[in-house]
Amino acid sequence: MNALSDRFGDFGGMFVPEILVPALEQLEAEFVAAQADPMFVAELGRLLAEYAGRPTPLTECRNLFAGTPLRVFLKREDLLHGGAHKTNQVLAQALLTKRMGKRRVIAETGAGQHGVATALACALLGLECRIYMGEKDCARQQQNVFRMELLGAEVVPVAAGSGTLKDAVNEALRDWTASYADTHYLLGTAAGPHPFPTLVREFQRVIGREARAQVIAQAGGLPDVVVACVGGGSNAIGIFADFIDDAGVRLVGVEAAGEGVASGRTGATLATGRPGVLHGAYTYLMQDADGQVTESHSISAGLDYPAVGPEHAYLQACGRASYVSVTDADALAAFQALARAEGILPALESAHALAYVQRLAKEANAPLTVVVNLSGRGDKDLATVMAALA
Amino acid sequence: MSARYERMFAACAERDEGAVIPFLMLGDPDSETSIARINKLVAAGAHALELGIPFSDPVADGPVIVAAANRALTAGVTPARCFELVAQVRARHPDIPIGLLVYANLVFARGIDAFYRDAAVAGVDSVLVADVPLRESVPFRAAAVKHGVAHVLILPPDANDKTIVAVAKAGAAYTYVLGRAGVTGADRAAAMPARERLELLAQAGGPPPVIGFGISKPEHAHAARAAGAAGVIVGSALIGWLHDGNDAAARFVKLVEAARGTQ
Repeated sequence: MNALSDRFGDFGGMFVPEILVPALEQLEAEFVAAQADPMFVAELGRLLAEYAGRPTPLTECRNLFAGTPLRVFLKREDLLHGGAHKTNQVLAQALLTKRMGKRRVIAETGAGQHGVATALACALLGLECRIYMGEKDCARQQQNVFRMELLGAEVVPVAAGSGTLKDAVNEALRDWTASYADTHYLLGTAAGPHPFPTLVREFQRVIGREARAQVIAQAGGLPDVVVACVGGGSNAIGIFADFIDDAGVRLVGVEAAGEGVASGRTGATLATGRPGVLHGAYTYLMQDADGQVTESHSISAGLDYPAVGPEHAYLQACGRASYVSVTDADALAAFQALARAEGILPALESAHALAYVQRLAKEANAPLTVVVNLSGRGDKDLATVMAALA
Repeated sequence: MSARYERMFAACAERDEGAVIPFLMLGDPDSETSIARINKLVAAGAHALELGIPFSDPVADGPVIVAAANRALTAGVTPARCFELVAQVRARHPDIPIGLLVYANLVFARGIDAFYRDAAVAGVDSVLVADVPLRESVPFRAAAVKHGVAHVLILPPDANDKTIVAVAKAGAAYTYVLGRAGVTGADRAAAMPARERLELLAQAGGPPPVIGFGISKPEHAHAARAAGAAGVIVGSALIGWLHDGNDAAARFVKLVEAARGTQ
């Protein structure tokens, strides 16, 4: 008997080597049990409040959208400990790891944000931690490698393939096929095999739950639009989840167009991909006609992934959410604009969501209340932005 | 279908020998070389062939087979080309069982039905999809049955009784028994499964157990036979020998000899 549905419409599933199935089924059972265990819920709630800094504020933009019909509220996940929404679900999975009696955690990371969040949770909870990171990403993000090492993690550079996030996930899965008995694979986004997409959504749901209550209190009602960037899709599904039943609220996911959706150098999986299987899920992926997975591109490492969480594929297919894309250049402009107008440096990922709201502001001719998930802070991107502006 | 496997296993039983099945990546390092290698291995006594179609993200494979896939991809080898190569092998070796080892996305990209149809047309007897576990296998098995191809399932080393019985009932041609956890590779040797696990598999009507992952030495082939397996698959070790020009055919023959007459 499956405890939870493993599909979102046609998408999702558990496409992994047979040997990993028991570990995923164990995780599913432990996740269901933990959600019903008041002790677990209380412990996670305490960590989120006292360690990570929840609730995060909802900040209304004062200047950036002045003179437009938009009221724009930023959900400030950038203020969470670790600097991004990642910490929410990492703390939860680290607690699950202990519940399962496992002593070791492995994880993949692209730019290093999920790796840093995993490393800090493992330091806090006394878990051994190994992070797989593409060789190329290690070179691009040396500070985050050092950060993870300071937090006690072992960082393993992955040379295979393109040396980026996709290859780091492959290597983490390979490790897990040998180590599942005492090791939890702490996947970083709402993608991968069941139960990860559901589990990560539930542990990121706190973003939308808070934002919904806050916007009702601060704006006097539900928003018209909720906007979030989508790489794997964890911050987006986290803020969407509690709005999905509010039929009047438009949900918009913003993918990375990279140099343009037709340029061949893009991260816009839902716009340019086809359904298939990568890393355990049936979902949209960027691939050639034969099914070989192709390289993605985005200025923002967190959106540079050739697949997408299967629930986003489903929300697009059933029409409940719509997905748009924003180029590197527009995201960079939004990054600078928010810094100048509001005194906030957003992550380049979150800057994609903001750039779409700027587009909305140009088109709108009636008042519109918008909630944007400011999923992370931009300090990690300073070198990238400096190079791009040089 | 699995008729060629049935005849091969029956002949092995009659001669009191275990099957030794080489795994090679189609198109590694190029089409012509891989065909020449296959012919050489058949001449060296291979009982069946397990052939991979190169994929960009092979998560069940260790470095040796990943490198083989990359060499084939770099040589421009596509799934369509692989089906042509299989058809050549089939034309030359009409009786040898041929299995394909692939990843799910290659099957989805072609369409599940079309993939099994094309496999059957090329002369393939069995297909194993490395990242399609039993619980996802229904549409794959349906297409396999429709086109007369056997769908091979994997039995993990620590599978419980329920899984053993389920794999026995749903699998066809042979049961790919993992010699150990982890990914493919010769760096860590296979452990032989307990005899009662293979007995349970047989009692439940499961297809003959063949042990793979960590098979590299004659003693592994010997031990597999002694443990009650019908054969072994040797992949990474063999690809390593071939790649290093390390007298692969002679080493392969030693495995074949070690699997003889030990029951």
